[in-house]
Amino acid sequence: MAYVSVKGGADAIANAKELVEFYRLRKRTQPLEIKQIQSQFRLAIDKVMGEGSLYAPEYAALALKQMEGDVLESAFVLRAYRATLQRRYYSDIISTREMFILRKISSSFREIPGGQVLGPTRDYTQRLIDSTKYNESPEEIDQFLKEFDGKIDREKLVDVNTYNKVIDLLKAEGLLMPAEKSYDKTVKDVTLEAIKFPAPRSVTLQMLARAESGGLMALAYSSMRGFGDGHGTIGELRYGAVKVRITDTKGRKRYIGSINVTECEMITKINTTKESKIPYFAIGYGLVFGQNETKAICMSILERGIRSGKKENPSNNQEFVLYHTEGVEAMGFTNHLKLPHYVTFQSGLNNVRESVKRNQEETEDKMKVYKELAKQQQQ
Amino acid sequence: MIENKKFNTSYNYAFIDETTKKEIRRKLLKAVCIPGYQVPYSSPEMPIARGWGTGGLHVTLAIIGQSDVLKMIDQGSDASVNACNLRDFVHMTTDCATTFDTREATIIQTRHRITEEKLSDKQIMVFQVPQPEPLRRVERYEYKTRQMHAESDYAKMWLTLYEAYVKWGDVMQGAGYPVMVNGRYIMSPSPIPRWDVPNLNNSECLYLFGAGREKRLYAVPPHTKVEPLEFEDVKFHVEDFSNVKCESTGYNVAYMDEMYQDDGVTKKFYVNDSNFLDKLIEKEEVVQHSNKYIKKIKDALQ
Repeated sequence: MAYVSVKGGADAIANAKELVEFYRLRKRTQPLEIKQIQSQFRLAIDKVMGEGSLYAPEYAALALKQMEGDVLESAFVLRAYRATLQRRYYSDIISTREMFILRKISSSFREIPGGQVLGPTRDYTQRLIDSTKYNESPEEIDQFLKEFDGKIDREKLVDVNTYNKVIDLLKAEGLLMPAEKSYDKTVKDVTLEAIKFPAPRSVTLQMLARAESGGLMALAYSSMRGFGDGHGTIGELRYGAVKVRITDTKGRKRYIGSINVTECEMITKINTTKESKIPYFAIGYGLVFGQNETKAICMSILERGIRSGKKENPSNNQEFVLYHTEGVEAMGFTNHLKLPHYVTFQSGLNNVRESVKRNQEETEDKMKVYKELAKQQQQ
Repeated sequence: MIENKKFNTSYNYAFIDETTKKEIRRKLLKAVCIPGYQVPYSSPEMPIARGWGTGGLHVTLAIIGQSDVLKMIDQGSDASVNACNLRDFVHMTTDCATTFDTREATIIQTRHRITEEKLSDKQIMVFQVPQPEPLRRVERYEYKTRQMHAESDYAKMWLTLYEAYVKWGDVMQGAGYPVMVNGRYIMSPSPIPRWDVPNLNNSECLYLFGAGREKRLYAVPPHTKVEPLEFEDVKFHVEDFSNVKCESTGYNVAYMDEMYQDDGVTKKFYVNDSNFLDKLIEKEEVVQHSNKYIKKIKDALQ
């Protein structure tokens, strides 16, 4: 009876669990330290925290270790853990204007306030496989860090400051579209209630921020490639640290730490609105945990499309985008196909057999063809 | 209890925090008050994947107490791997008693089957639901299906059933046959076979449905009218097993599993419900659900 064998299920599960642990450890290599994963798999951690919807680098590293590096499974573990934590506070709105900038670029202007800051990026490197990484030694790492430190001008460090945003330039000129009058400002919490459509913008932003990076990219790419409103221009993409504050029960503002985020403001041209015939620029907004620029860009494209794009494009349809980019749910449901379905299948089988019986003649013809084909294959 | 070593705290009783449990119980009460209506709920993530019974778990964990006896089945079997995993999880977080015996259980969580054995007013059956929306295959947007339910606008559904009849000579819906609950809402009974659908009608026990991924709860309270959708001249019918017999018991008035043998040609049939099959083999007294379809089959046998 295959995997639904009588009373054998519990043993089979226990054995499978042990076996998968064996696969993780069978080569007897040095155990990965959480600190190592946290520091050397920085971008994987950022992805796990973003999709897992919990800013906790240490836990994300632990999840990655446990799940043998599967980012989506790790995000799932983090989400499940997150759901057991009590929500004691909502933070005050974080301000990316006071971001400690690690990187900021704009493709809309040659120069922006504070200049283009490339920061940590592999955008302009050749993606050649680097054989020198094969046998990296702690001494080499020390050497690199020492040399790197030597190049830093400590006196200049104090100059690093916060910068105005690129969109402020457009705002000052009156070129930016004001928020639509119909704009729903209700703030929902998608982790505490089921969403209904049409959902307010807060829902769109929360769900896109938690969405699966690849899923967002597929839809955003479809939007740029021809099933949407063309491609916008990155007004500004910034990555850096922002402060998180909460208001305690006595009304005092409390600084509770800082998190790294990537923010993208995508400028698209909107010719006219219902309320006005004057052409404007509009902004699509993306904000994600850590450094995940592809996701932030895709989020900003989709967010704009959902707000004002033509509804016949899938990437502009709120329900379509939000439901289907929810990675943890999509992964779970996809994998549930592995569960036994023989009761369900039997029911369908029964129907089809009866239908076949009702159309006996046609069936016999079909069987003749199959038999003929089988004969030819044998020869 | 699962120990969280880092902060040395353990998870709450029945895993879910009390606030969320309270929310789920309130939504379940609403569901019982409006039979067949899908109530949206928070559906927090569980350490079980979406599509693997999270909705059922939410319901079970929200209603379970220390004196409850849990039975967990998947495709009619207590031994199915996922059923084992879910049973372990509930047992681990609640320390409740578990059983394979349908009669002993106070809560039965199930995927894709109703037990063959009749359930009493002391029992609750919890269904794991993959797609709570019966109208989804005729209308893809949730935004619109909610409106259709609100207005009892079920024309598209009826038309689809009719079209199937015109094309194939029968309403080809297999498992998850849509039902009308209390004369008001069309409801998905979850992918139970047609064999089980009549057992939802006017039952002694409470049926609760949890769709975790889609974040909906609904219910069929005891003694509620549940009718499969059918036409005056084209009637609903259950699966036909009149020409086969259970290999171990010779019984055939039950939902059957069909098993191909290693030769790939011969097949054997067995009663699907594992506990019911055990009881038949042991010749224990067992009261089966009764409905007009089963009655007809039994009458024909005599």
